[in-house]
Amino acid sequence: MRTVRYLLVKEFKQIFRNRSILAMIVVLPVMQLIVMPLAADYEVKNINLIIVDQDRSSKSEDLRTEAISSGYFTLVDYGSDYKSAIQLLDKDKADLILEIPNGFEKRLIKENSAQVLIAVNAINGVKANLGSAYLNNIINRYNEQIKISQSGSETSALIAKLDMVPKNRFNVYMNYRWFMVPGILAILVTMVGGFLTALNIVKEKEIGTIEQINVTPIKRRHFILGKLLPFWILGLFVFSVGMLVSYLVYGIVPSGSLLVLYVYVAIYLLAVLGLGLLVSTYSDTQQQAMFIMFFFMMVFILMGGLFTPIESMPDWAIVVSKFNPMSYFIQVMRMVILKGSSFVHIQSQLFITALFGIVLNFWAIMNYSKRN
Amino acid sequence: MSAVVLDHIQKWYGKEKTIALKEVSLEVEEGELFGLIGPDGAGKSSIFRILTTLILPDGGKASVLGKDVVDAYKFIRESVGYMPGRFSLYQDLTVEENLHFFATVFGTTIEENYDLIKDIYVFLEPFKHRPAGKLSGGMKQKLALCCALIHQPKVLFLDEPTTGVDPVSRKEFWDMLKRLKSKNITVLVSTPYMDEAGMCDRVALIHQGKILAIDSPEGISKAYPFDLYEVKSDKISVTLNQLRKHISVKSCYSFGDVLHVSFEKGFTAINEVLDAITIDHLEVKKIEAGVEDSFMAYMTN
Repeated sequence: MRTVRYLLVKEFKQIFRNRSILAMIVVLPVMQLIVMPLAADYEVKNINLIIVDQDRSSKSEDLRTEAISSGYFTLVDYGSDYKSAIQLLDKDKADLILEIPNGFEKRLIKENSAQVLIAVNAINGVKANLGSAYLNNIINRYNEQIKISQSGSETSALIAKLDMVPKNRFNVYMNYRWFMVPGILAILVTMVGGFLTALNIVKEKEIGTIEQINVTPIKRRHFILGKLLPFWILGLFVFSVGMLVSYLVYGIVPSGSLLVLYVYVAIYLLAVLGLGLLVSTYSDTQQQAMFIMFFFMMVFILMGGLFTPIESMPDWAIVVSKFNPMSYFIQVMRMVILKGSSFVHIQSQLFITALFGIVLNFWAIMNYSKRN
Repeated sequence: MSAVVLDHIQKWYGKEKTIALKEVSLEVEEGELFGLIGPDGAGKSSIFRILTTLILPDGGKASVLGKDVVDAYKFIRESVGYMPGRFSLYQDLTVEENLHFFATVFGTTIEENYDLIKDIYVFLEPFKHRPAGKLSGGMKQKLALCCALIHQPKVLFLDEPTTGVDPVSRKEFWDMLKRLKSKNITVLVSTPYMDEAGMCDRVALIHQGKILAIDSPEGISKAYPFDLYEVKSDKISVTLNQLRKHISVKSCYSFGDVLHVSFEKGFTAINEVLDAITIDHLEVKKIEAGVEDSFMAYMTN
């Protein structure tokens, strides 16, 4: 026990002397939690729109005002030449073209229907999709107005109108920050825990200190415990800082109990540290460890359900995400923070995460040998 | 009883089974200062790593203090001190913290064994709050020696402790090793510097994983099979090339700014050989062979 205690003392001394690690565990979560949710905004604004108006009528003018006043679009050009508009689109100066053909108003009045054309720059898929969807909405709404105004005010009441009013459960205002911030915090805790553990042990290999340790009577389990405990504590610390930042900056207060969260995180960290330990036993240099960890982190983040829902992934990807510990963490974070889930609701996630912890650590300890 | 025994130890590395040690056998007596002398890649570190239980031999038997290195690794880890070839202490911990750490790891304290390291630690005392990484090369070696000694080992393994250390510190270091001998600690030390062989009680010359000779430094020098002459010349490389081409010359190597030329024992026509050299002003004298000359002779045989 004396050995483990002294290993811990030594480890903490080294950590607190290393400015870059200190920065990583204090500044990184604060900065990222403040900056990333602002950037990772699902709403798309400032879509560059060109309106090619070949009609120049009062009706086309109405449609134009309608589109601009929505707030989603910036009008780049308003002209009557489709070709020059397409050129601007080619040069990536515009995302969308709305072409109102000649005779738009006439046809609308005479035949009660008219066509407009939307050309989309699909290089940025999200922008293109959302932009054309917004524009469609605006045109539809405009349609409604025309119908009402044409049919006259006295008959307007007779037109059946189906209005949908969605009610958002658990996140009433659909504030995307409420589901992004807990997810980003999950990523941060995973990164700090995983990277620090892997790099720390590999550093001992690289500098050669592990050689000196290996000829001492230190027991394997003591050495590993001395390595895991500090980063387990640091992981919990980073998590607490993150929770504090989400409360102070975004006013996020978990609906569920903090105890449930902390119990889960404590177990989750064991799994992440186990992964770090495993990676460190397979790599000889910090560079190798860094790249291997990076590979896992990319997969974890992109297939963790933070940015894209797992349910909409192809079947094989859903299977892969079952082996992604971060996806369970993100689920639990959202469940507890937004929904107020308790132990009963997260028991399957808790169980699987614990299983990850046991398997990864066992594997790592088996693979770590004091001699080869 | 011998403190260290290697009995036909074999070791190879990698898929190609590159041979690192070929049936190496040697014995180190208790309390002896024993040197492993050989160039880089001779297999010195492999011997140390086997004896300190870091790697397993692929053939043969080895024992330290009468205990087998494979079966009794726990006993060996507790009773030997090891100083790897590369400085491997915690650079971000101070001198004192490093020492304290290794003492704790071995379940002892600095105070308990201060006697043993006192002579060395006095050099380090003024820097005890400095991070180990910021010490000079010589100081680093002294600290590493302290850390290897802090648990009062019976056998000390020092892998190239003087490589990359200035001549004054090297001298100091060897003096310390001699003092350890008086405390009845067996020391096995390796070095690529032939001139350090003279500091040891006995040395083993090792080259390409094979032991060439084991003897006292004097014995090694005496076993030199030829007559040796030192030749001084203004144009050393021309002289070297011409001497090497001469039929009577057994070998010719440059040693700093002089040449060591060897002939068959009892060879007398040395002046005739020199006459054949086109360079003037050659200074020649007969000399006793050193360990390095013997090493070269063993290597070419």
